[in-house]
Amino acid sequence: MSSPAALPRMVASQAGMELRLTARRGENLFVTLVLPAALLVFFASVPVLPSEGPSAVDFLLPGAVGLAIMATAFVNLGIATAFERGYGVLKRLGGSPLPRSGLLAAKVAAVAVVEGIGVAILVGVAALALGWRPDPSIAPAVIAAAVVIGTFAFASLGLLLAGALRPEATLAIANAVFVLFLLVGGVILPIAKLPEPLATVARALPSGALTDALRAGFTGSGDALAPLLVLGAWGVVAALLAARTFRWE
Amino acid sequence: MTSPGRGPASASGAGVAVAVRDLVKRYDGRAVVDGLSLDVGRGEILGLLGPNGAGKTTTVEIVEGYRRPDGGSVRVLGLDPYRDARALRPRVGIMLQQGGLPPQVRAGEILRLYASFFRDPEDPDALLGRVGLTDAAMRRVKVLSGGERQRLALAIALVGRPEVAILDEPTAGMDPQAKAATRDVVSDLRDSGVSVLLTTHELVDLERLADRIAIVDGGRLVALGTPDELMAGARRRLRFRVAGVLSAAGRVELAGALAAMGSTGGAPQVEEDGPGGAYRVDGVEPTPRLVAALADWCRGRDLLLVEMRAAGGTLEERFLELVGAAGGGTSRVAGGGTSRVAGAAVNGAPAGPIDGGRR
Repeated sequence: MSSPAALPRMVASQAGMELRLTARRGENLFVTLVLPAALLVFFASVPVLPSEGPSAVDFLLPGAVGLAIMATAFVNLGIATAFERGYGVLKRLGGSPLPRSGLLAAKVAAVAVVEGIGVAILVGVAALALGWRPDPSIAPAVIAAAVVIGTFAFASLGLLLAGALRPEATLAIANAVFVLFLLVGGVILPIAKLPEPLATVARALPSGALTDALRAGFTGSGDALAPLLVLGAWGVVAALLAARTFRWE
Repeated sequence: MTSPGRGPASASGAGVAVAVRDLVKRYDGRAVVDGLSLDVGRGEILGLLGPNGAGKTTTVEIVEGYRRPDGGSVRVLGLDPYRDARALRPRVGIMLQQGGLPPQVRAGEILRLYASFFRDPEDPDALLGRVGLTDAAMRRVKVLSGGERQRLALAIALVGRPEVAILDEPTAGMDPQAKAATRDVVSDLRDSGVSVLLTTHELVDLERLADRIAIVDGGRLVALGTPDELMAGARRRLRFRVAGVLSAAGRVELAGALAAMGSTGGAPQVEEDGPGGAYRVDGVEPTPRLVAALADWCRGRDLLLVEMRAAGGTLEERFLELVGAAGGGTSRVAGGGTSRVAGAAVNGAPAGPIDGGRR
């Protein structure tokens, strides 16, 4: 009698497939890996931004890490999943022994791997090319919490779009929102430089909350709890909505 | 959940792989499947045949566990395909009409992925060979032809050694060789004891493959039986071909001559039946006297009778007879406004909810 493989094996092979497909789509690699590193190098090297207390790279690195997380968990995951839904890939997988939870786990694992590579590239570039050194009071636990909660929040938002809209609409909206996040998310421009009430709105958005939390972690100063709570709230709401509205075909 | 006496003949007990009982599915209040009952026996190939919008895909997707019925029941290997989906997935191989293959993936790669979901899968490379895709193993789905994608989807359906295979239009979009190869693969399934439910528009598929054929129209079962059983009820017709062309006036004259020879059962009409001097006699049953009268009339006009046939026609004609009769209006007793759905399906108009529901 036909019997299914063990769940970890199914998840591992599905995650492997997700990673290979990501690697084959040049635009994915550009948005998730190249763009954050390019922005980091450009703005750290060209003095066009109002520099505050810390050096440019100290300000930009957490922003670039946040951007990489948004690009991977939100843009890349959302668009890829939307197209899979459009092609009937999700429906066909739904008819296989891989349970939906297993598919979700595989997607999360693939996102984590791409984020890991992205963060390694950013930290490597910052350290080797831009003279960045970790702040003595850096708080790795805060950074880890920001990465995990941020991934949860942005992946939920991406899947919320992917499960409800046409692939083309998901593509357009995800990219537009990504640009918004880039501009008012404290990635390159400090949110403090934004005029009110835009700054307040920007801090309430998940992008601002993520970069605030990351900066608090990288510098070991500032309030991390409030932005992490904002981020978590976005994640919970988006995940609940996505679970209710996600259509598999 | 079998209800004795209501289902088709072979229904009951352990010999049944798929049991569909009084199945109803509505979209926007319209019954797309309307009281359908059928069985697939263990090791049997059952072909589901019907016009577009007859409810074939909806039925199949309920059997696959993708949709819940609004009425009636479905059992696959004794389990509820929706509620017991987790237990059934490893035992049922499915091929969707829309293949569900990501364009950037290589043929061999996706087959190995699906193989990895099973404890004891078929060897992916050998399976690719069986469906004739060995050369395509390294090619990406987006550069495969429609027929190659279909064969890949078939291989994916079979890679887990399923006990039941549910194939929605397995030969659609294939060239004749691919169709023949696919039929061989499906035919082999029967030999290895796999139960197969397949839908098709291709009557050749059914003539070559199906142990039994279920004809559905307007969401209802119109006929169910072996190909021979279905053909047994077919109307006989006299068809002939002459070395020449009969004018409209000539055909009227012939019809008159045939009527004068005392044919029973109505007034004969002679109609064109394709190009090249092919005609058929409608309105009367072929009798020895009718055949003689036709030959006699031709002799009188010095017209060579090249070909003559008084048999029951093809499965295609039988299908059109059955579906035409069911959808034709008065013979159908339809409750709750379903007759309009049936009429639309027969006329070939797409019944929106089925296509809409699929996407």
